[in-house]
Amino acid sequence: MAGVAPQRSGPAPQELELPGGKSGFRNWLDRQAWRDIIIAVPYIWLILFFVAPFIIIIAMSLAKSVIAQPPFKFDETWPYVTFENFERLFSDYVYLRGYLTSLRNALIATALCLLLGYPMALGIARAKGVWRNILLLLVILPFWTSFLLRVYAWIGMMGSNSWFNRGLTSLINVFLPAASEINSVPMMNSNFAVILVVVYSYLPFMILPLFANLEKLDYTLNEAAMDLGSRPMQVFRDVTLPLSIPGIVAGCLLVFIPATGELVIPSLVGNAGDPMIGRVINDEFSLNRHWPMASTIAVALLMLLVVPIMLYNRMQEKASEGVK
Amino acid sequence: MGIENTGKAWENPTTAPFIRIESVTKKFSDFIAVNNVSLDIYKGELFALLGGSGCGKTTLLRMLSGFESPTEGRVWIDGQDMTSVPPYERPVNMMFQSYALFPHMTVEQNVGYGLKHEKLTAAQRKDRVKQMLDLVQLSQFAGRKPHQLSGGQRQRVALARALSKQPKVLLLDEPLGALDKKLREHTQFEIMNIQEKTGITFVVVTHDQEEAMTLSTRIAVMDKGVIRQTGTPTEIYEFPKTKFVADFIGSINQFAGTVKSVTRDKATIACADWGGEIDVSRDASVDVGHNVSVAIRPEKISINKKAPAKGLNAVEGKVIDLGYFGKDSLYRVKLPSSALVRVNRVNDQRGRETERVAQWEDKVWLSFEPSAAILLKD
Repeated sequence: MAGVAPQRSGPAPQELELPGGKSGFRNWLDRQAWRDIIIAVPYIWLILFFVAPFIIIIAMSLAKSVIAQPPFKFDETWPYVTFENFERLFSDYVYLRGYLTSLRNALIATALCLLLGYPMALGIARAKGVWRNILLLLVILPFWTSFLLRVYAWIGMMGSNSWFNRGLTSLINVFLPAASEINSVPMMNSNFAVILVVVYSYLPFMILPLFANLEKLDYTLNEAAMDLGSRPMQVFRDVTLPLSIPGIVAGCLLVFIPATGELVIPSLVGNAGDPMIGRVINDEFSLNRHWPMASTIAVALLMLLVVPIMLYNRMQEKASEGVK
Repeated sequence: MGIENTGKAWENPTTAPFIRIESVTKKFSDFIAVNNVSLDIYKGELFALLGGSGCGKTTLLRMLSGFESPTEGRVWIDGQDMTSVPPYERPVNMMFQSYALFPHMTVEQNVGYGLKHEKLTAAQRKDRVKQMLDLVQLSQFAGRKPHQLSGGQRQRVALARALSKQPKVLLLDEPLGALDKKLREHTQFEIMNIQEKTGITFVVVTHDQEEAMTLSTRIAVMDKGVIRQTGTPTEIYEFPKTKFVADFIGSINQFAGTVKSVTRDKATIACADWGGEIDVSRDASVDVGHNVSVAIRPEKISINKKAPAKGLNAVEGKVIDLGYFGKDSLYRVKLPSSALVRVNRVNDQRGRETERVAQWEDKVWLSFEPSAAILLKD
């Protein structure tokens, strides 16, 4: 219509319809299908790589172990499944002990990560401009080297002839009477070694969610508390700490859950006589070739971890409903 | 209002100031936020620090609250040197611009937070919280969390919290900034009432001149880290001392000119933009030949079709713009010198558009009393 005086009369302009005169299919695609496809992608991913394998594992946990390929078999008569693996899980002390060791190591490691990570996250969140970026980079930097390499480095450091161990030994000997001086600190192949390396490896997973939470906190709230008479420590207790609980929970879950099922670290530096549950699963699966038992332990572990998380989520939902 | 209460303490040389800001300078690395400011504020005042963004008013307020410490100079409150006292030990409380209510605490807990540090029994504390909530009429919301309140209610919780410790001085940072127009007016009067009831000295920071004018007993107009003028709202509006203050508060017409003659109570200024001479009374402390500015508020100018009486400053011009606001109208009149003059006229007569004093393109006479003009020397 450019250059021509617009006509006031005549039929209503056709621009009301979608330009280009799209077919019904294209229309449907644009209005509905793309949105559905985008939503569907993560669901398909989850079904393929989480739900389906998990169902297979559950099914396997209800089967019997046989010497065949594959090494498990379902009953041929009703009810086709057996609970003997679960019975064994609760009757054989090896498994219970594995869970307990895992939970204890993971709990201690999570607590240490929180104690170490919180001040670091707070420091980074309060740092100014460039410093903040540099500090964040330093937290993430270890990820640039192979995880295994870093665990092997710790093995070297903890060995009785390393500079680390010798330094630690002479430091401890300062406080010990001459008669009971030690030659080295027995660190390797112990739960202490597992916790140490877990704390080292998982610390960034504690720091990052805490930082994300603390960084968002409004500093004027701290000023308001100070203005109302609170000293810096009281301000922390009354304002910063309660408002960072979501960050604390997120960080603790991110450390605790993988730490409980950790396989590599306890296999490399842990005590084989007191194994964590990840190692037990691995042994059942590859040494004993008892796939149903390995599956059973894994299912039980998942229940152990998922139930508290779901409870926590319910609690959070109720709390937020309560205030609305 | 506070003016009657205090009996204009600032005019009485024997009254000691309650807050004394003594040649205070605040530098942030290279930037000078507050430059050698001295200011006395008296007990029971509702004092406003007025200025645009970056003028240093908030920095000055933060030095009163203790969040910033002056690079140079001292701050005294009630006879005590507060310069290096931390915020948690000052008898001063602040109402933050964002209100800064604790989101994880109820209204009651927010208001009672500061009382934890007072030596009060649980019953006394509860009593005080109730008293504060009654004062701001929020008693029935005591159990709510801040996000369940409206903006106006949050503002009142913030006010109650800041007042709960019965501070010697209450600092308010843009107290009405986040409220809509109707609520502002209401809250404005509420703040004034509360100030009167409690007798606490209020220091308000604002960029809104209307807010400063209605709220305060006195105003300090700030610009680029210095105070340009301190005075009552009337002094600031009707007797601005500098071009900056005249321009910042309300709108104003300014004409540059040269002093032609001075008598005992009248100065005559030759203004090319006005197209003639302007008589200015009240202030004749100028010398012949000096360059000055004559400033005149838009509402002090009359607009008429007929030529005005003798003795007034008058000129003829043409209406080029007309804005109708309901209660008043704004005319922009072009003078023969092509200078533009803003004229406000109250619409005190009911009538249709055709019954207006003047229409677009109409020839009109503008006139004002010699006493209405302000002589600015800088």
